[in-house]
Amino acid sequence: MGIPLLAQLVNVLAAFLLLIAFAMLSQRRVLTLIHLLAWQGAALAASTAIVAWSTGQTHLYYSAMLTVLLKVFLIPWVLHQLINRLFVRWDIETLINIPTTMLIGIGLVIFAFSLAAPISQMATTLTRSTLGIALASVLLSFLMMIVRQKAVPQVIGFLAMENGLFLAATSATYGMPLVVELGVALDVLVGTFIFGIFFFHIRERFDSLDIRHMEKLKED
Amino acid sequence: MSYGPGIAFQILQSVFVVLAAPLLMGWVNQCRAWLQNRSAPSILLPYFTLAKLFHKDVVMARDASPIFRITPYVLFGCMWLAAGIVPVLATDLPFAPAADIIALVGVFALARVFSALAAMDIGTAFGGLGARREMLIGFLAEPAMLMTLFTAAFISGSTQLTTIVDTLAHREFALYPSLAFAAVAFLMVLLAENARIPIDNPTTHLELTMVHEALILEYSARHLALIEWAVAIKLFAYMTIGFALFIPWGIADAGDWSALPYAFAALAGKLALAGAGLALIETLLAKLRLFLAPEFLSTAFLLAVLGMLTHFLVKG
Repeated sequence: MGIPLLAQLVNVLAAFLLLIAFAMLSQRRVLTLIHLLAWQGAALAASTAIVAWSTGQTHLYYSAMLTVLLKVFLIPWVLHQLINRLFVRWDIETLINIPTTMLIGIGLVIFAFSLAAPISQMATTLTRSTLGIALASVLLSFLMMIVRQKAVPQVIGFLAMENGLFLAATSATYGMPLVVELGVALDVLVGTFIFGIFFFHIRERFDSLDIRHMEKLKED
Repeated sequence: MSYGPGIAFQILQSVFVVLAAPLLMGWVNQCRAWLQNRSAPSILLPYFTLAKLFHKDVVMARDASPIFRITPYVLFGCMWLAAGIVPVLATDLPFAPAADIIALVGVFALARVFSALAAMDIGTAFGGLGARREMLIGFLAEPAMLMTLFTAAFISGSTQLTTIVDTLAHREFALYPSLAFAAVAFLMVLLAENARIPIDNPTTHLELTMVHEALILEYSARHLALIEWAVAIKLFAYMTIGFALFIPWGIADAGDWSALPYAFAALAGKLALAGAGLALIETLLAKLRLFLAPEFLSTAFLLAVLGMLTHFLVKG
């Protein structure tokens, strides 16, 4: 094995991230979905910290800390409060049944891996092999946003997609500049709050969080 | 190579597995009783049960065909053969080249086909029901099992279990994300194939929920004893396949007598941990509805495929 141990650890964490993306895809309960999101954030923070340690990029430490604060504690907590107030802790309906979704997910993973393989071969970074995994988790989160009918799982899919993008940034270029990362993190936080407000409005209007009702909106 | 010490090791391992398998069963039952706050039965209870069954007279349906009679022996033989092929105590056994991992899955499939045939042979309702369920679970579990084994085979470049164990045990330490996926998938297949709790409840007395128990409802006395024994050996064999693929350290080479005590100790430790873990899983999880079993097993298949894909992506 020519790969150093730290890179192997990064690979394992990236694989864990992908595993959680699949677990989210197959999960039926909103509460578990939020816990999975927190775990995904933790895996992301750990892999960022390892990359920071092995390459000596200090700004990645800040980004790892930011990830822990925001994605492991703050956002899951906000979502927790939201689902408690909205009383939507129960099961989620999906558009396609779960085994089919998983099979589509495997297809997406194969697509992402084959897309990333030539890029990884040319790259020289420590984390080059995780690019495919990052791409795959972004696509899986997209899939989750598409197949879920309720608003809360869709937002969780959006946040998971952000995690995937973050991993892609770390694996391709050792992270974006700190200013950009701060901006993105803030955007995600603000986005979560705005989504929260939207949830209440959607529910007030339709008595449900099923976004299919939105298709009936018309100017009268 | 000279066959002398190899043959001795082969006989030792085969006899050891057959004798120790009920002990593993007893240990799992004991752990589960402890976890569920019941007073635990003796760890030797499976031996007493077997002895009791061997002393009883066989009761058999009038219309039973020879298939029904020979099935217990076929089951026991298949499991014993599997236990001889898997490197339990030592690698490079004389039997090992007889079958690679694909043939090993075939041996398990043969046992399954015979038990399903025997269950349908008598013509009772529960037998047919159990046979159908068993085949449903079997045909979903088999591809997941094969994919898991292929992941390990890709890493070591061979489908021979001996080579896989040699490669994984003697190579410098490396983390394999692909093997982590494969390990989770293997665990799920192990639970399904051995009729453990998320798929089937091994201690159930409710015929309508039975899968594996429904297959053997009509058996009695020495036939039942052989089947129970085969079930114990199957669990033992699956666990040792898991050890061989994912935690192969401590296994001895064939003919190396000095490494044998260490191999025994390592195996005993792994089995004790794995048995306790199995009891923990069975205590924490509830039995799934039968129609959720395909979902459970397709998840296992998916994880195994992911493991294989990850192997190609990160080369590890």
